[in-house]
Amino acid sequence: MVMSDPSSEAPLSGPHSMPHDTQVRATPVAAGASSQPDIKIHCAGVDAFYGEKQALFDISLDIPDRAVMAFIGPSGCGKSTFLRCINRMNDTIPGARVTGRIEIDGQDVNGKDVDPVVLRSRVGMVFQKPNPFPKSIFENVAYGPRIHGLATSKSELADMVEVALKRAGLWDEVADRLQQPGNGLSGGQQQRLVIARAIAVQPRVILMDEPCSALDPIATARIEELIDDLRRQYCIVIVTHSMAQAARVSQRTAFFHLGRLVEHGMTEEIFTNPREPRTQDYITGRYG
Amino acid sequence: MPTPLAIAALLVVSLAVYALGRRRVGRLSEGQSLHSLPGYYGLWIALWTGAPAALVLLLLMAGGPRLESALLTANPPAVVAAMPSETAQAFWSDAKALADGQSTTRIAWSPDERKVLKEKAAEAAALESRIQLGGQAAALVLVLAGFLLAWPRLAPQLRARNRVEGWIGVLLALCSAAAVLTTIGIIASLLYESLRFFHSVPPLDFLFGLDWQPQIAMREDQVAAKGAFGAVPLFVGTFLVMIIAMCVAAPVGLFCAIYLSEYAGPRTRSVIKPMLEILAGVPTVVYGFFAALTVGPALRGFFNYIGSWLVQGPFDPLGQYLMAVQNEMALTAGVVMGIMLIPYISSLSDDIINAVPQSLRDGSYAMGATRSETVKRVILPAALPGVMGAMLLAVSRAIGETMIVTMASGAQARITANPLDSVSTVTFQMVQLLTGDQEFDSPKTLAAFGLGLTLFLVTLTLNVIALQVVQRYRQAYD
Ligand SMILES: Nc1ncnc2c1ncn2[C@@H]1O[C@H](COP(=O)(O)OP(=O)(O)OP(=O)(O)O)[C@@H](O)[C@H]1O
Ligand SMILES: [Mg+2]
Repeated sequence: MVMSDPSSEAPLSGPHSMPHDTQVRATPVAAGASSQPDIKIHCAGVDAFYGEKQALFDISLDIPDRAVMAFIGPSGCGKSTFLRCINRMNDTIPGARVTGRIEIDGQDVNGKDVDPVVLRSRVGMVFQKPNPFPKSIFENVAYGPRIHGLATSKSELADMVEVALKRAGLWDEVADRLQQPGNGLSGGQQQRLVIARAIAVQPRVILMDEPCSALDPIATARIEELIDDLRRQYCIVIVTHSMAQAARVSQRTAFFHLGRLVEHGMTEEIFTNPREPRTQDYITGRYG
Repeated sequence: MPTPLAIAALLVVSLAVYALGRRRVGRLSEGQSLHSLPGYYGLWIALWTGAPAALVLLLLMAGGPRLESALLTANPPAVVAAMPSETAQAFWSDAKALADGQSTTRIAWSPDERKVLKEKAAEAAALESRIQLGGQAAALVLVLAGFLLAWPRLAPQLRARNRVEGWIGVLLALCSAAAVLTTIGIIASLLYESLRFFHSVPPLDFLFGLDWQPQIAMREDQVAAKGAFGAVPLFVGTFLVMIIAMCVAAPVGLFCAIYLSEYAGPRTRSVIKPMLEILAGVPTVVYGFFAALTVGPALRGFFNYIGSWLVQGPFDPLGQYLMAVQNEMALTAGVVMGIMLIPYISSLSDDIINAVPQSLRDGSYAMGATRSETVKRVILPAALPGVMGAMLLAVSRAIGETMIVTMASGAQARITANPLDSVSTVTFQMVQLLTGDQEFDSPKTLAAFGLGLTLFLVTLTLNVIALQVVQRYRQAYD
């Protein structure tokens, strides 16, 4: 990885320039603020294909900063696919192809000068099943800082790990066993560990693909608290199959159906007064 | 009736009983519903009829001749008792040959002996037919007993399906018992023959002796000549060749596996994988050929060429040495053995790497790691126990490999760490000791069993260590 040019103006193609700028931006925004928020991610006319099969049709959506956006919709409607478009994880799937425009902070993620490796360090991702690496808890969290060379010394690295674990609400539970394997934690702890791993590199966006679907209600509640906490600093997108969860954690909701974005808007509005009958049917459980 | 014929007859009878049982239960079931499909009833009664008898017949086939010769030689006549043991052995084998109507007599027996021989031959023939008859009669009794006991129980309520399941369990267990017993038998015979060997050569001399010259011991008076059976040079040679082979095979095989599973597209993969499988299927003698005729001369040419440059310079002795390098050396055998092991390691490692969950790769890529970072920091650590296991299996194979070293490593048993020397390995010496006309109780031949036992123990230890390593990683990272 290239390790120079800290004054780079092209944040997604150049190396890191912002270990601390998230703190600067961290002015809390009132939950569910109805005032027009900053747009973090801007998508226009996104199509996605797996080989010949089209999985997404003409998605246009703006995702605000410092808020949680929920993607809901029946299985196979393309939520995960769209999520993976944002950090270009579809590049790792043979035969997958994405067209259209996706901008993060005004910069096209599919641009020629964008290095997907750098992009992904700015856009963290949390998966359905907790996937800690077969390493110690410490090494799991230190993974990102290490590969991106964010820490210059051992103590700085240790600090970063601590900050990330604290922010993920896991520090108190693991402080005395950082050297033990990450796989030894409970499912809910593992998921928080993975979130700590994602935020250790100071991403701008966190994408979560059904982060609680493998967890029990108590662990789910903890993750939801955490998401609510993280919202003050990050732009968060969460895919969920639980209407209640979408209603609890998100400020905005987008409803997908058969690869199309049917409707999106303030969560309250989508849940109480959807414009589209299909949304209504899905939310009330008439199909999906 | 010869036993194979009896087995065939038994099969026919069982088939008939199967059909019979099936028909009968079909008739019995008029109006009632059957517990199982009719075939299960047929199978059940056929098994009761045929299986125990089949077991007896198989035992007869395996143990009959042994029993016969034990009975025959139990009370040797005075003429034979007076013979030296080898002559007595020849006598008995001639007696059996005569009884079977084969003429293999090479020794000119005296008229006296010939007379006893004829008697004994007749006795052998009688014994054989009696054993056969006895066994077959027992089998017949079992057939009848099984059939007669099972027949009245044939009824629609009989849980034939579950009973057959029980029979199948027993048959499968018997097969696995056969495998285990064979292994135990091999170990036992190894141990027994080795003990005989260690009777004439002290184990410590064998294990720690630095001199291997079994041919000295061929002469009667020098049977236990000290130092002649020191196996250290062979172990050193084996180890040297194995190290060279692993130096070639471990990195190349592993990188090949990484390329196949992480970098290659499906098309490349579909070409390379079968090619590696072909490579894995090449008989080792072909590799030996390749070593002796291609790699050996090429390596010699290379070293001789370098030597010719160095000669008469400041490195003259080295040059002289390199000029004298021969085709057959540890390096040749090691390199070719390494090539042989590449597909072995790569296909094992490929499976192991593919078994690393995709979610770990996704996690790493999503953190912004490149492919090689993902391989190095996530996939290899996750796959390490398995990869270690694969490597140790490859080491086992390298140690046991025979053909390549026979054809390419030379034959000199010596203690050296120089890959350009010719060396001799344990397996090569075993071939040497056991091929050709041999008496099977001279220390020279028995030495092969000593070597075999040592080889077996080393391989066993390796496997145990491999399991330990794997276990420890499991505990740490599961
Ligand atoms: N790797 C792939 N190769 C081919 N087709 C795929 C692949 N991944 C997804 N698809 C297809 O793309 C469509 C959208 O899938 P996607 O995984 O985005 O759905 P989803 O909304 O996340 O569903 P779920 O709620 O079940 O996770 C589906 O029809 C699916 O079959
Ligand atoms: Mg999905």
